[in-house]
Amino acid sequence: MFAYIVRRLALMLVTLIGISIIIFVLLRVVPGNIVDILFDAAGFVDPTDKANLEKELGLDLPIWQQYLNWIGGLLRGDLGYSYVSEKPALDEILPRIPITARLAALALLFSASIGIPLGVISAVHQGSKLDYTLRLVSLSGLSLPSFWLGLLVLMASVSLFGAMPIYNPNPKTWTEAFAIYAVPAMAVGFRSAALTMRITRSSMLEILRQDYIRTARAKGASESSVNYRHALKNAILPVITVIGIEAAFLIGGLIVTETVFNIPGVARFLVEALRWRDYPIVQNLVMLIAVVVVVANFTVDMLYAAIDPRIRYGD
Amino acid sequence: MRSVHALAAAALLLLPAYDVASAAEPKQGGILRMYHRDSPGSASIHEGATYSVNIPFMPVFNNLVIFKQDVPQNSVESIVPDLAESWAWSADNKKLTFKLRQGVKWHDGKPFTSADVKCTFDMLMGKSQQKFRQNPRKSWYDQVSDVTVNGDFEASFELKRPQPALLSLLASGYTPVYPCHVSPGDMRTKPVGTGPFKFVEFKANESIKLTKNTDYWKKGLPHLDGIEFTIITNRSTAILGFVSDKFDMTFPTEVSIPLLKEVKTQAPKAVCVVEPINVATNIIVNSSSPPFDNLDIRRALALSLDRKAFIQIMFEGQADIGGTMLPAPGGLWAMPKEMMESIPGYGPDINANRDEARKLMQKAGYGPDKRLAVKVATRNIPIYRDPAVILIDQLKSIYIDGELDVVDTAQWFPKVARKDYTLGLNLTGNAVDDPDQSFYENYSCGSERNYTNYCNREIEKLFDQQSAETDKEKRRKLVWEIDKKLQEDVARPIIFHGRSGTCWHPYVKGVTIMVNSSYNGYRYEDVWMDK
Repeated sequence: MFAYIVRRLALMLVTLIGISIIIFVLLRVVPGNIVDILFDAAGFVDPTDKANLEKELGLDLPIWQQYLNWIGGLLRGDLGYSYVSEKPALDEILPRIPITARLAALALLFSASIGIPLGVISAVHQGSKLDYTLRLVSLSGLSLPSFWLGLLVLMASVSLFGAMPIYNPNPKTWTEAFAIYAVPAMAVGFRSAALTMRITRSSMLEILRQDYIRTARAKGASESSVNYRHALKNAILPVITVIGIEAAFLIGGLIVTETVFNIPGVARFLVEALRWRDYPIVQNLVMLIAVVVVVANFTVDMLYAAIDPRIRYGD
Repeated sequence: MRSVHALAAAALLLLPAYDVASAAEPKQGGILRMYHRDSPGSASIHEGATYSVNIPFMPVFNNLVIFKQDVPQNSVESIVPDLAESWAWSADNKKLTFKLRQGVKWHDGKPFTSADVKCTFDMLMGKSQQKFRQNPRKSWYDQVSDVTVNGDFEASFELKRPQPALLSLLASGYTPVYPCHVSPGDMRTKPVGTGPFKFVEFKANESIKLTKNTDYWKKGLPHLDGIEFTIITNRSTAILGFVSDKFDMTFPTEVSIPLLKEVKTQAPKAVCVVEPINVATNIIVNSSSPPFDNLDIRRALALSLDRKAFIQIMFEGQADIGGTMLPAPGGLWAMPKEMMESIPGYGPDINANRDEARKLMQKAGYGPDKRLAVKVATRNIPIYRDPAVILIDQLKSIYIDGELDVVDTAQWFPKVARKDYTLGLNLTGNAVDDPDQSFYENYSCGSERNYTNYCNREIEKLFDQQSAETDKEKRRKLVWEIDKKLQEDVARPIIFHGRSGTCWHPYVKGVTIMVNSSYNGYRYEDVWMDK
């Protein structure tokens, strides 16, 4: 197991280096940089001014040198400066992380707490009206785009309550605090909950057909003990995998949700930084997301090993 | 067209009604909450080229002179002193001297003097050691040879030749006076001004906060305790925020006509006005290469346009037809209607215009069996893309098959600069309703914003002639002549001049939306809230 962990950690490092190169190159392949964008808004201005600004930002350097400067800075803990705000990139990114982390955690919590029980119920009552209803709900969850669902929630809040759950850094009441994160988390977590439910259902159905379940029933175990102690414990593995993968892919939904609900988190910031071609922000944020994804995958693998003693990866 | 003008006139007539409503004694206090349509790249007005910068940061500053903020139409007559107490032209109209206000302090407590005026304009003219990152309005000061000071409270602009328009340019929201003791870099992130509101905070993509300058040199002003802008890029979310009372006011001139209906349905008590924004939607033609190097094809293009159809589809009839200068009644320099309709393509009989266009196309070798295929380049933004689609549809009637070529914003001007386009759909905003701003920037030989490289030495002479003309009526007639000639030359066919809406809740008082500029009316010192 120890050797496996070391090997996985080494692979993580290689993956991150690969990602850093890919994102760096891709960003520069996209036409236009911040100087183009700033000068675009002004129409044409003096080409000398343009060249001076490119030099000031280091955009005139060869790409390999720009890359080494960035990586060197990262190793020293210096993430550079935002081209737009001219503030240290770290100061721009750090305050936004907890906002997105809270939203993502709530979305995952919502997804697991809704998706797993409903998946179990659906599987246990396979073929019933309840099963069909739940399957319809999960299908709609997978089909509805986050931006549409988010806007729908906002419009409903405004027309029903005359208020909207829009971000406020200093909420005055508990309900306001709840609405700030919980409502958008539900909007973003709905798709994930639907997926979790479908996976739980199919995984449960597979397990419920196994011999040892029949044996448990034959030995007189109660229905709830069979479903939850015997079946769910074994059916949960693929669900954990899906939740892990969803954690990684949640960023896509968060971008839309943070934009619609105007939450100043990392995801919306990333989109804005991309619009401005604010390289230091985009590079560092993508690296941060890559680290989250890689660590999430690593954690899922470790959980696999912990939950299922049969999995020991080369031990 | 008559109905469009009638609508505009009605909108103008409605404005005094709001003034009457706000004529009560202003109440003090309150934070005005607005949304901002996007995150401005910087807080530095001099380096900006969009009113996304002027709207939140103009309240931080003062100009030497300013267009009176409660008069909707900017004109020389509405210019009032600001940091200058008075001004005077020399007898030969080549020197403009300002007597400056004494006792004014910057927000950091340092005194304002004539040195600040000199260093601001030296930087704008590119004469000082400190440089702006970008200086988009450098050409405004082409005729200024020097800015001189006489003591701490007098500054003079020495001109190469008379230029009466200089005063209007100085009155624009784009022309605040900067402090000498703060670097251009700091002005981008922590601007210091002398204005009614002090800068508090600018969080990119999040918010901009201003607080009342309790030491403002205009006693009793401002009325508000502060202004907060919440940056919301999603327009639907922003409008929902307004109708659910999260905001007291929308971002000025950013509510489209279809959205306006939605606002009025959901917030029926909201006060909404629709005004011209002095932004012309136009066609840029690459006349340096085939096929548009052929004047016949360019003329056919101009003749094919059904401007009313554009306006009907995009603005439900609420936009204006005109030449380069903003149409009346908002615009001060618009050609008379009869003169405009004598320009090819502006006549009311669209079918006759298109018959003539087809003949010109056939003369150039095109027809029903040999259609001309062109790409119509434009930015990937609805206000650009939508009219480009209509244009393509209209071009079909004169044997031209257009294909939409959407370009990423970052690539739009570099592409145009490389002349890597055949036909393009473009928007041109004018900060000041004055021919000097529009003609020199967009049509003079070698100007960086002259995207089509139009160059006509005869017209250049007329540009200078009108610019130096001190008799306003004579100047106006010259301007009409120039504008007509520009349209006849198909220099940059103007399709329409857009209008847009602004809404606020009835308790917000003292708001004036300018009718001939989107850049000059955001000082907010007169705004107050009746709540």
